Amino acid sequence: MIAFLIKRLMHAVLVMFVISVLAFAIQDNLGDPIQQMVGQSVPESERDALRERLGLNDPFMVQYVRFAKNAVQGDFGYSYFYREPALGVIARHLPATLELVFAATLIIVLLSVPIGVYSAIKPRSIISRFFMGASIIGISIPVFLTAIVLIQIFSIGITVSIFPESTGWGAWLNGFFSTQGNMPSFGRGYDLVHVVGHWDTNLATWNGLQHLVLPAISLASIMLPLFIRLIRAEMMEVLQSEYVKYARAKGISMRRVYFVHALKNTMLPVITVGGVQIGTMVAYTILTETVFQWPGMGLMFLDAINRADIPLIVAYLMIVGVIFVVTNTIVDLIYGFVNPTVKLTGKPA
Amino acid sequence: MTMTTNKAPSRLDRFRDSFVWYSFKRDRTAQLCLAVFLCLVVAAFSAPLLAPTDPYDLRQIDIMASELPPFWIDGADEQYSLGTDAQGRDLWSIILYGTRVSLLIGFGAVILQALLGVTFGLMAGYLGGRVDAFLMRLADIQLSFSTLMVAIVVGAVVKATLGGAFYSQYAVLMLVLIIGLAEWPQYARTVRASVLAEKGKEYVDAARVMGLRSKRIMFRHVLPNTLSPIFVISTVQIANAIISEAALSFLGLGMPETHPSLGSLIKAGFDYIQSGSWWITLIPGAVLVVLVLSINLLGDWLRDVMNPRLYKG
Amino acid sequence: MALLEVSQLDVRFALRQGEVKAIRDVSFTLERGERLGIVGESGAGKSVAAFSLLNLISKPGFIAGGSIRFEGQTLNTMSERGLRKIRGNRISMIFQDPMMTLNPVLSIGEQMVECLKAHRRISSRDARAIALDKLRQVQIPSPEKRLDQYPHELSGGMRQRIIIAIALLLDPDIIIADEPTTALDVTIQAEIMALLLDLCEQHNVGLILITHDLGVVSQVTQRMLVMYAGRVIEQGPTREIINDPQHPYTQGLINALPQMATPGEKLNQIRGSMPSLSNLPSGCAFHPRCDFIKRADGQTRPACVEQVPGFVQTGNCLAACHMVAELLEDRRLKEESQ
Repeated sequence: MIAFLIKRLMHAVLVMFVISVLAFAIQDNLGDPIQQMVGQSVPESERDALRERLGLNDPFMVQYVRFAKNAVQGDFGYSYFYREPALGVIARHLPATLELVFAATLIIVLLSVPIGVYSAIKPRSIISRFFMGASIIGISIPVFLTAIVLIQIFSIGITVSIFPESTGWGAWLNGFFSTQGNMPSFGRGYDLVHVVGHWDTNLATWNGLQHLVLPAISLASIMLPLFIRLIRAEMMEVLQSEYVKYARAKGISMRRVYFVHALKNTMLPVITVGGVQIGTMVAYTILTETVFQWPGMGLMFLDAINRADIPLIVAYLMIVGVIFVVTNTIVDLIYGFVNPTVKLTGKPA
Repeated sequence: MTMTTNKAPSRLDRFRDSFVWYSFKRDRTAQLCLAVFLCLVVAAFSAPLLAPTDPYDLRQIDIMASELPPFWIDGADEQYSLGTDAQGRDLWSIILYGTRVSLLIGFGAVILQALLGVTFGLMAGYLGGRVDAFLMRLADIQLSFSTLMVAIVVGAVVKATLGGAFYSQYAVLMLVLIIGLAEWPQYARTVRASVLAEKGKEYVDAARVMGLRSKRIMFRHVLPNTLSPIFVISTVQIANAIISEAALSFLGLGMPETHPSLGSLIKAGFDYIQSGSWWITLIPGAVLVVLVLSINLLGDWLRDVMNPRLYKG
Repeated sequence: MALLEVSQLDVRFALRQGEVKAIRDVSFTLERGERLGIVGESGAGKSVAAFSLLNLISKPGFIAGGSIRFEGQTLNTMSERGLRKIRGNRISMIFQDPMMTLNPVLSIGEQMVECLKAHRRISSRDARAIALDKLRQVQIPSPEKRLDQYPHELSGGMRQRIIIAIALLLDPDIIIADEPTTALDVTIQAEIMALLLDLCEQHNVGLILITHDLGVVSQVTQRMLVMYAGRVIEQGPTREIINDPQHPYTQGLINALPQMATPGEKLNQIRGSMPSLSNLPSGCAFHPRCDFIKRADGQTRPACVEQVPGFVQTGNCLAACHMVAELLEDRRLKEESQ
């Protein structure tokens, strides 16, 4: 286990190194702190002096080491726009994004496992075919379009009048397909509960939860079909295996065959692939948060891009890098715990 | 069997005998998808002929005719069958032109991805050792960041470096570059996996024993055997590239509104959805979904038929 | 009434190209405590026969006809629930490859206990005690340790011992063993086979041994079936068949054994290879490979190409071959004329 941990840690350090070099290169090329600090009116000679004093004329590597040292201590410089430490700005926006990702992950896990398993066990049933068809449609709809359609249906509302209103069934059908549209689709709502530090939660009040529903569904919509198809494919492969056949030959119940013998083996590859995918959901929060004006990191990042707020962009990249590295490491650890064949070397046998 | 001639079968004959053609003839979904996809491609690339107006020509735009609904809704102007957008452009025309832009970027990006990915994949798989370790670690890092994230970051940096105006002017080229750079690992991993599988086979050893140079072995002997997985992921990658382009455009890092793709049309229309003009955003959205769905279904069908070794995960 | 009666079993696979008949007209019986061998090349349908006994053939395979009767119950029409009470309990199985048979993510103990619990109302503690006892019977070193180990921690031979222990867990009436030693190292094959034979004799368990190894069959079984292209072509007491095979295919198999060859000479072999089941030759499926297809006068026997041969009895054996039938007929005619 220790060798495994050390290996993971070294990988994490390497990834963070690459990310930090890239981030620093961005900062070095794009950000001119002097401009931000003193404005246009200061003469060139004074700027040069300041530049020299701040070490901006040092070689790239020297500057990078300084940058990395500061970054490790949590100092990513000042956000041009907010005029406060970039890390603080991110800390303020982080909880909203994490709650959104958490809610979406919950939706994905709760739906994808039963649907994937069912459609693997009964691949020919109508329900399975429906889910398979729905999942490929789901994959084909970009996440922001899902969000827009959800807003149209549940927030703005649709009035259907294609059936003849004069007949009873026409009126009923029109009513059936029309929606009220009173779900909130803008921001986090007014009823947040303060937990600790920067963390105000949506999860504690009815209003907060209502605001969370549409963004979480949109964010989940991109991964849910992928997970359903992945679980189904893995499960079908496992069901073909000798040990499943042997389990049947032992006369144990099909429920145990499916949910103990097959599911555990199915989940091993799903954990590795899926864990990484949950990490990449952070990228999709940029899109979801933009549509719903959800005040999280994604929206903040897009604003920072539009405002050319370089320190904030760099800080965001580094934090997202940390999030990815941490999720990947956690996923590997979970995999190691679930899979008995992973031993000290960290390689599955 | 006395009638057998010795003529080698032409490529067309071989295709007709193949399992791919056989199952295509029996699969209604695949036929429908190919038909829809071809219709969209043909319509998009003959946009100047089909479109009643030229949406790039500012003189043809009537700002007074903005936000007109499509023909089946009261208040429609029969001049604009699908209505108009917020700037008064004919929606049908602009969708045709937008689809063309989306397809162009999608195909261009996939060609670039394939070039990069196949080259790196062949190198990693065939040369092994440090080259392999370096390229695959790079691919790992890039994939663990998610291709969308990479595209957004690269797009943002490029836009900030070169300036918004310059970026907009060369947006098509920029998007091809960004999406191409962001998604090469998919190809590289697939190609590497099948190269590794092929490498163990005897014909590669035989070629080496005959004294062929490794470059020649790679391109003449190994590459042809990795074509079917490349073909299969290409369909999915085109769909992905079109979606990525739409996402970038939606975030304002893609096509400008003066030369919109489907993504930038959706973005532009989204601002008007609260005022009830849903068609500006949802009709281009529907076209995008139909386009991507038809490609994805074709890809699914191809994967089932050709059943290649694909890199899992 | 025999313990197990299989009659005219017919198994097919519904493939895209059409139905393939994997097994046709297979009949045999097994008495309590009897050991029966099923021999044939790979693809002859032996494994399909074994799996169809417990209705375990996976789709697209299905039992198209015939019957399998165990203690008077018809297994092939029985409900899944009813079959489950027999599988692993009255009839247990040993699979070919011990590396693939045990579930990699469940401990040995779990995989043994679940089997006991599926068939008996028993506490986990008692189940573990029984499991431990069976592990001792299969002579596994330090059995207490094994229960908490996972399959990947054990060698192939040890895993097959565990699978034999699982097969014995519920004191079954019959064990069906599908090539139980093929996947093992040659050095331990004999050891495992001897153990299996020993335990079957000790507990008076019937054994259906599927193998391509005639040596093993002759040592272990009392009666045997020889299968070719989905049909039984010879059956009877093992000793009689080995000593005096009637069917040309069986003769070929026995002649091909290295023990039958003279040192320094080439090994005998049967020319050609088994036909694919979807494209069987007409008449006797063996006729393209048969050396006896020509009569003494150089004429091809027409029956071989035209008719599927029926069984002909010689001694206690049945052989499905026109040659045997014709030779017997000739002999009878000669005797009559004298």
